[in-house]
Amino acid sequence: MTATAAAASKGRSNGLLSLFTLGAMPSKAVRGGLQVASLLVPLLLWTAIASLGLVDEKFLPSPQAVFRSLASMAASGILFQDIVASTGRVFGGFLLATLLAVPIGICMGVYPAICAICEPLIAMLRYMPAAAFIPLLIIYLGIGEEPKIALIFLGTIYFNILMVMDAVKFVPKELIETTLTLGGRSRQVLVQVVARYSLPSIIDTLRINIATSWNLVVVAELVAAEVGLGKRIQLAQRFFRTDQIFAELIVLGLIGFAIDMGFRLLLRLSCKWAV
Amino acid sequence: MELIVNNLSKHFGEKLILDHLSFSMQSGDFMALVGSSGSGKSTILRLIAGLDQPSSGSISVDDTPVSGPGPDRGMVFQKYSLYPWLNAAENVAFGMRLQRMKAAEIKERTAYFLEVVGLSDAATKLPRELSGGMQQRVAIARSLATNPSILLLDEPFGALDLQIRESMQDFLLKLWQRTGLTVLLITHDVEEALVLAQRVHVLAPNPGRIIRSLDVDLDKTDLDQLRLSSDFLALRRSLSATMRELEPALS
Ligand SMILES: Nc1ncnc2c1ncn2[C@@H]1O[C@H](COP(=O)(O)OP(=O)(O)O)[C@@H](O)[C@H]1O
Ligand SMILES: [Mg+2]
Repeated sequence: MTATAAAASKGRSNGLLSLFTLGAMPSKAVRGGLQVASLLVPLLLWTAIASLGLVDEKFLPSPQAVFRSLASMAASGILFQDIVASTGRVFGGFLLATLLAVPIGICMGVYPAICAICEPLIAMLRYMPAAAFIPLLIIYLGIGEEPKIALIFLGTIYFNILMVMDAVKFVPKELIETTLTLGGRSRQVLVQVVARYSLPSIIDTLRINIATSWNLVVVAELVAAEVGLGKRIQLAQRFFRTDQIFAELIVLGLIGFAIDMGFRLLLRLSCKWAV
Repeated sequence: MELIVNNLSKHFGEKLILDHLSFSMQSGDFMALVGSSGSGKSTILRLIAGLDQPSSGSISVDDTPVSGPGPDRGMVFQKYSLYPWLNAAENVAFGMRLQRMKAAEIKERTAYFLEVVGLSDAATKLPRELSGGMQQRVAIARSLATNPSILLLDEPFGALDLQIRESMQDFLLKLWQRTGLTVLLITHDVEEALVLAQRVHVLAPNPGRIIRSLDVDLDKTDLDQLRLSSDFLALRRSLSATMRELEPALS
């Protein structure tokens, strides 16, 4: 214990080491610099490797080639089509999963009886990989949009339910009971207190789980699709267009990142009291 | 209003927590239950509030048996008492909204009860911007705003610093004297019980039961003086001795 204390106080006096002192918070400028470096360093490495010709450009296209490919897909309108198709599927499936998961999760968190009847089933369903349902979904729903949306729905609903349930368990018992003694009825307690108190955690849960939807939309499009970012990647592979694959991957990453930021913004705007 | 607690017992599983408790209160009474931690104080309040059911015995308010929680019995807990996303005024208004009072009435009563607890200036502050004492005052105002016939307080000042606790005691006593509230206060603090209540019951633990009851007949115009007066100190010593005898480790 004295050793760690000594190490901690030593760390505080050393410049670089102080970043690794537990509980220490680097200044805003330092953090900003590190965040920029997080993206810039890999980009520079990639540029260097590509321009030195260390790897065959068929396998590792240069950043310029990827950018050109991105620009030409954007100009032809393909990119826009793909983005609309893929995000539409993600939002469709995820929205359905959320609309169902939030009330179910809240009821499971509040009523032990509902939890007891749902949890074992959900715990098992959760371990059945969503992708393994694709053949069934195609048999049931054909090869249109429905099986893709259903896949995303299946892949996210169980996690949404369980995480909402956990969030709800953190609502202080006193707050619920206070509401009852103020004359609140069950529905008022659930909607106006339990859901409202858990809203920040629920938004955060959605932010984390929508990433799974992004993974699944690509899988869904590999099976049967006309357009979509995942579909384009598959086509690019057929023609050995690694530059296009890279471009689509970057677009996937950027949209995912934007959605993440969107949820963070939503949290900040709707739950000022919690941030 | 008349609250009658008659032969109230409560088991949790096999364990007897409350053993045949009886007492009653009339409108305007200020009663305190003092007991060490674990003696079943919160359980008593939860039973009266209707948040839990007795194993045997009865609780009635104006001859109506208590069957569940309701706004006729307001409750203030020691912590997590406010809705963190609502400001002070919205917290006070919340109970009235639940009961669908008219907007104009809610507005008027909110302003009135914030004024009563001396927090008109803090109306738009969020709970986290308020001190612990202010938060408890908001919670009391919110409870009063729904017009309860009795206010149940579960160690409402237990989490506050000593200085603030004393000023909150002054506040609560003045509030009671001014408004003619009916208050049932639960505390582990003998001094707090004596300063505030007209009648004090001492609760012994394992199982919880009333072992001593006394009327506090002291001049309460100046609490600072009261706390130093010899009558008060004698009562306090005597009650503390009773409490100490209940501690197995010390007797
Ligand atoms: N829901 C419960 N289930 C089981 N035991 C409980 C429950 N609530 C309280 N108890 C037990 O009852 C006893 C009295 O608790 P409580 O009324 O909270 O005491 P106090 O408020 O005086 O500290 C304690 O021993 C506690 O462990
Ligand atoms: Mg207690």
